[in-house]
Amino acid sequence: MSRISKKFELLKNENKTCLISYVTAGDPSISDSLNIMKTLVNSGTDIIELGVPFSDPMADGPTIQRACERALSQNTSCIDIFELVKNFRKENNQTPVVLMGYLNPIERMGYELFAKLASESGVDAILVVDLPHEEAKDVITIFKKYNLESIFLIAPNTKVKRIKEISKYASGFLYYVSLKGVTGAVTLDVAKTIEQLKSIKESIDLPLAVGFGIKDAETAKILSNAADAIVIGSAIVNIIEKEQDNKSKANDDIMKLMNPIRLKLDEGIVSGDKA
Amino acid sequence: MKTNQNKNLNDFNLIKYGYPDDSGHYGIFGGTFVAETLIEPLADLRNMYHGLKKDNDFLKELYAEYKNYVGRPTPLYFAERLTKKINGANIYLKREDLCHTGAHKINNTIGQAILAKKMGKTRIIAETGAGQHGVASATVAARLGMECVVFMGEQDIYRQSQNVYRMKLLGAEVVPVTSGSKTLKDALNEALRDWVTNVDNTFYIIGTVAGPSPYPELVRDFQAIIGREVIEQMQDIDKNVDALVACVGGGSNAIGLFYPFIDSHSKMYGVEAAGNGLETGKHSAPLNKGKVGVLHGNRTYLLEDENGQIIETHSISAGLDYPGVGPEHSLLKDLGRVKYESATDDEALEAFHELSRVEGIIPALETSHAVAYSIKLAKQMKKGENIVINLSGRGDKDLNTVARIEGIEI
Repeated sequence: MSRISKKFELLKNENKTCLISYVTAGDPSISDSLNIMKTLVNSGTDIIELGVPFSDPMADGPTIQRACERALSQNTSCIDIFELVKNFRKENNQTPVVLMGYLNPIERMGYELFAKLASESGVDAILVVDLPHEEAKDVITIFKKYNLESIFLIAPNTKVKRIKEISKYASGFLYYVSLKGVTGAVTLDVAKTIEQLKSIKESIDLPLAVGFGIKDAETAKILSNAADAIVIGSAIVNIIEKEQDNKSKANDDIMKLMNPIRLKLDEGIVSGDKA
Repeated sequence: MKTNQNKNLNDFNLIKYGYPDDSGHYGIFGGTFVAETLIEPLADLRNMYHGLKKDNDFLKELYAEYKNYVGRPTPLYFAERLTKKINGANIYLKREDLCHTGAHKINNTIGQAILAKKMGKTRIIAETGAGQHGVASATVAARLGMECVVFMGEQDIYRQSQNVYRMKLLGAEVVPVTSGSKTLKDALNEALRDWVTNVDNTFYIIGTVAGPSPYPELVRDFQAIIGREVIEQMQDIDKNVDALVACVGGGSNAIGLFYPFIDSHSKMYGVEAAGNGLETGKHSAPLNKGKVGVLHGNRTYLLEDENGQIIETHSISAGLDYPGVGPEHSLLKDLGRVKYESATDDEALEAFHELSRVEGIIPALETSHAVAYSIKLAKQMKKGENIVINLSGRGDKDLNTVARIEGIEI
């Protein structure tokens, strides 16, 4: 069983919602990223999504764009990121790591080499934002060969027929983009999102994560009624940006953001009785 | 024009080489590399366009706009003095600079704006580099009574302040883009982000023959009026078309000229911007110096670094200053059907002056690249052979740039 599936099974047995945290690798530097990953785990993160910086992150809002720019100003490469994951794995063998990025840096390295090195370093899954499954068939096969799971996005305007199609190619979990827009956008209609999550759950077997626009514990808790995992991204990256010159404050603030979310998600959980 | 217009319109359906395929690919190039939120809107656009492409009412409306608003057909002009001076092949200029707004861009924006209206969209967004596509989008938005927002890199806003003012006069909002290199590619990113967010009421008019499927196909089809007119105009004067030349940034004017000739024996030359020289690394010539990659929704030749990050390009002309190129050009390069050459900033400037003085036509700096290569080419060809250059735009917008380079204050 894959590290991701194991994680979801474990959480299910404990009636817990999975907490996924996103940071851009190399922001503000690769060595900082390692510390931040550890902080995330210590503050209740179940799965780490590690952004692979790209010069043209079309689907991301200003927060993650700037994170990419900071990471690229240090020339952060895929090789650096594999090294980062390798170092992370020295102390942590349980927390799944998903690489999330755009196709071009992967294509440039070559799919085979990318997959091989990612897998060897301890990466569990890949989410390529600009690679819909229609264009991904060969890539998925290569990822599979190296035991890498392929995460795909579902959007509010994805039709049921297509959701079923996507879930055939997906593994690990599916990621529901909770709003039409870019990462970190402001408005999220919680009631509508819950409705959509429930309807998607009917079409899929894989765990369902929800992200884009979740910034606080309250929203996370409400959404956890309909989703298996909650993704927090831009809110964390905002802290990293604000405190880039004060690393220990950045770590403290990340704890302050994530601890209440973890606590809130776990609130009222009685073993064997999921709300 | 002697040919029945409606029959003529459907000519592009008869071209044999058959790209794109059903999934929007041009061989290994093209495709739909976008985030999930854009999949449905692109599918809607594809379905709508494929239906309308054969719809006589749509085509009639389009052709009425081409004629009455754009000012088509544009003349095919024999550059007699330039031809004599070069003493080689005859040079003809397809006068797209005489289109409304001063460049070929409006052939596409009017087509896409009509599509937008048919789809019930009320808001148009566009990206622009030199500002020509922004102006052409703002123009058709005004023409059809739609809201218009144009994304433009901060760098380009500075370089092309006159076009920024033109867009504002036309009622458009110009949004400065400060991310990345602050140029055309970043404006494209920003437009895509806006589209993802406002997809319900917004139509994104892409200005070049790139982007995710179906954009490369529909931009080509709307621009192909250029080549179709050239076929008729050369037939009218009973001349062969031995060579076609056009500048290539994203490549919309070039594909518009080339596409109707694709099954012919005419030679075709696309001219990229060599900037300071191909060997200097400061250029915008992905077909000459790039690698295959994925950007802005399609697979194509790109200028990127060893990690697959897109690099900053350079050209004297903002309109060619783009790290990618339309996927169909990438295919035509690999098929060997089109030869992709280049001209440096200096060569383009020289051609800019040459055409101004010898023919009384001030070309856009983009277009000057095509003129520069054509002058070389004409010398190598036989007398009596014919070259058609796509004179894609007029140079008024570049007067400040040229004056600045020459130390003249206007």
